[in-house]
Amino acid sequence: MARELLKGNVAIAEAAVRAGCEAYFGYPITPQTELLEYMSARMPELGRVFLQAESEVAAINMVYGAACAGVQVMSSSSSPGVSLMQEGLSYIAGSEVPCVIVDVMRGGPGLGNILPSQSDYFQVTKSAGHGDYHPIVLAPSSVQEAIDFTMLAFELSRKYRHIVVIAADGQIGQMMEPAELPDMLPYPQPRPDWAVTGAKGRNKNVVTSLYMNADEEEAFNIRLQKKLEVIRAIEQRSDEFATDDAELLVVGYGTSGRIAMSAVQKKKKKGLKVGLFRPKTIYPFPEKRLAELAEQVEMCLVVEMNAGQMVEDVRLAVNGVVPVEFYGRMGGNIPMPDELLRVIERYYAYSAVLA
Amino acid sequence: MTTVTIPIEDMQLIYDRPEALACTHTHYCPGCTHSIAHRLLAEAIDELGLREQTILVAPVGCSVFAYNYFEMDGVEAAHGRAPAMATGIKRVSPHNTVITYQGDGDLASIGIAEIIHAAARGEKITTIFVNNAIYGMTGGQMAPTSLPHQKTTSSPLGRDTDLTGSPLKISELMSQIDGAVYVVRRSLHDVKHIRQAKKAILTALKVQQAGLGFGIVELLSTCPTNWGMTPVDAMHWVETAMVPFFPLGDYKIADSVRQLE
Repeated sequence: MARELLKGNVAIAEAAVRAGCEAYFGYPITPQTELLEYMSARMPELGRVFLQAESEVAAINMVYGAACAGVQVMSSSSSPGVSLMQEGLSYIAGSEVPCVIVDVMRGGPGLGNILPSQSDYFQVTKSAGHGDYHPIVLAPSSVQEAIDFTMLAFELSRKYRHIVVIAADGQIGQMMEPAELPDMLPYPQPRPDWAVTGAKGRNKNVVTSLYMNADEEEAFNIRLQKKLEVIRAIEQRSDEFATDDAELLVVGYGTSGRIAMSAVQKKKKKGLKVGLFRPKTIYPFPEKRLAELAEQVEMCLVVEMNAGQMVEDVRLAVNGVVPVEFYGRMGGNIPMPDELLRVIERYYAYSAVLA
Repeated sequence: MTTVTIPIEDMQLIYDRPEALACTHTHYCPGCTHSIAHRLLAEAIDELGLREQTILVAPVGCSVFAYNYFEMDGVEAAHGRAPAMATGIKRVSPHNTVITYQGDGDLASIGIAEIIHAAARGEKITTIFVNNAIYGMTGGQMAPTSLPHQKTTSSPLGRDTDLTGSPLKISELMSQIDGAVYVVRRSLHDVKHIRQAKKAILTALKVQQAGLGFGIVELLSTCPTNWGMTPVDAMHWVETAMVPFFPLGDYKIADSVRQLE
C-alpha cells in the first residue's frame, strides 16, 4: 500500500472499515463530523450498516444493540457527545460486549468550544459511566497512529469483550498528513456463541447487566476486575525517546506528546539530558515502564492540553520517587514548541539542582 | 358423590403453556396484567413460528426481567432506550424478529425521543407498550400517562394538570408519524378485550415479518398494588377510568397493512 495524504477523521473511518467494522451509528458533532460523513457514504457502498441517530444517547444504545447481536460496531463523537454516551457505555461494560468508540476531544466544560483539547482524559479513562470499570483507551499522536490504533481497537475489543476508546483530540481529527492504510481484513467475522441471533437449535442467549442478587453482582464485578487486571498486565503501551541518560523526563500523549517530542529533540541536540515518555495506552496507563524510568531521572514534567488530568496517573506511577511537575494549556490552546522549550529549560535547571 | 373417569386417550389438550413462554415463576404482583400480555405475546410468536428467530428487548420497569419469562434470545436495555437498542439489532440482523416490551415510564417519559425516532425511521420492529398509568417498579409514582387527579406517591393530592400537564396519549401521537404503519390501542380488562389484544399483537408481528414499517400495540393494563386496589377493582378501573381517557381503537392502519390482512 502507498502512503496518501489523509485527514485524521477520514483515516480513522477507513481504517475501521478495513478492520471489519460492520455497523456505524453516530451523531454529528464538531470536530469529528467528517468521520460520520465518510461512513455515511462508505458503509452502504460495501453493504454495511450506517445510521445517523437522533442523539448520542440513541447512537450508543444502537451500538449496544448491534454489539449484543455480535457484530463489530463503532461510534464516534466529541467530548459533550461522549458525556451523553456515558449511560450506554456503562451498560456495554456491564454486559461485556465489544465496541469501539472514537472521541475527538474538544474544549470544555459545558459546550466549551470546537478546538483541540485533551479535556476528556478523566472522562474516558476513569469515569466513562457509573460502576467499577475502565475502557481500554488508545491515544494516537499522528494520523498513522490513529489508523494503527483503530485496527488495534477492534482486535482488543473482540479479545476482551470490552469497550475500546480511541481518544484523539481535534488536532488529530482535523489535520492531514501522509499515512498508509492497511489491507482490508477478512469480512465479516462469524457471530460469537454468546450473541443474540435467535435461539435456533440452542438454548436462549441473554445479554444483560442486571444482577439483583448481591453475591451474583459481586461475582460479576470480580470477573470484570480480573479482566481489567489482565488488561493492565499485558496491554500497557508507550513510546520513548532519549530516556537512557535523561535527567528531566517529559511525559505527554497524543498531540501534546507529539509537540513535546519536537521540543525534547531540539533540547537533546543542544546537549540537555531531556527525554520523552509518551503513553500510547492511557488506560491501562503504562505505569510499569514509567515507574522504572522514575528510578533513573531526577524529575518528570507532564504536558497536557487540560488543567492536569494524566498528571494524576503519572504521580501514582512515580509514587513520590521524583518530583512531578505539570504544564498545561486549556480552552483549545495548543502548546507551541517554542513555549515548551522555555518550560523545559526552566524545569531542566530545577532538575539539575536536584541532581 | 359420583366420580366420572375419562380414559386418558379421550382427553384433549385444549390449553397449554406456549413454547415461547418460559416455565418459571414471575415476580409480577397478583392481578398484574403483565402476565396476560406476556402470554399473548408468547402465543402469537408460537402461532407465527417466530420463537427461534425473535430477539426481545426488555425495558427498565416492572418487566425488566421479561427476558427470563420467554424462551427466546433477549437483551436488557437502559431505561427508555429499548427502541434504539432494537434498532441496532434489527439493522445488523434484518432477518430476526425484534420486539421491544416497554412500560409507560420507560416509553412515554424517559424514552419518548427513542420511540418517536424509531417510528419516524420506520424501523421494522414491534413495540408492545404496556400502559398502566403509573411507575410500578419504583413504587407507584406519577407517570406521563397518569390520569388527571390520579393519586400516586409523587402526586399525593392527585395529579394537578396545571402543574404537571395532561397525560400523553401515545397511540394518538404515534399515529401522526409516517414511519409507523400499525398503531392500535387495546385493553386487557376482560376476556373480549384480551382476545382483541391478541389479534392486534399477531397483526403487529405480521407487519414486521412483511417488513412494512414500525408497529406498536398499546395495552391498557393494571397495577393493583400501586393503585391500592384489588385485582378485580383494578380491572374495573381500567374499564371505567382509563378506557374513557385512552379510547381503544385502531389509530393507524396503513394501506400496506390492510392489504396484509
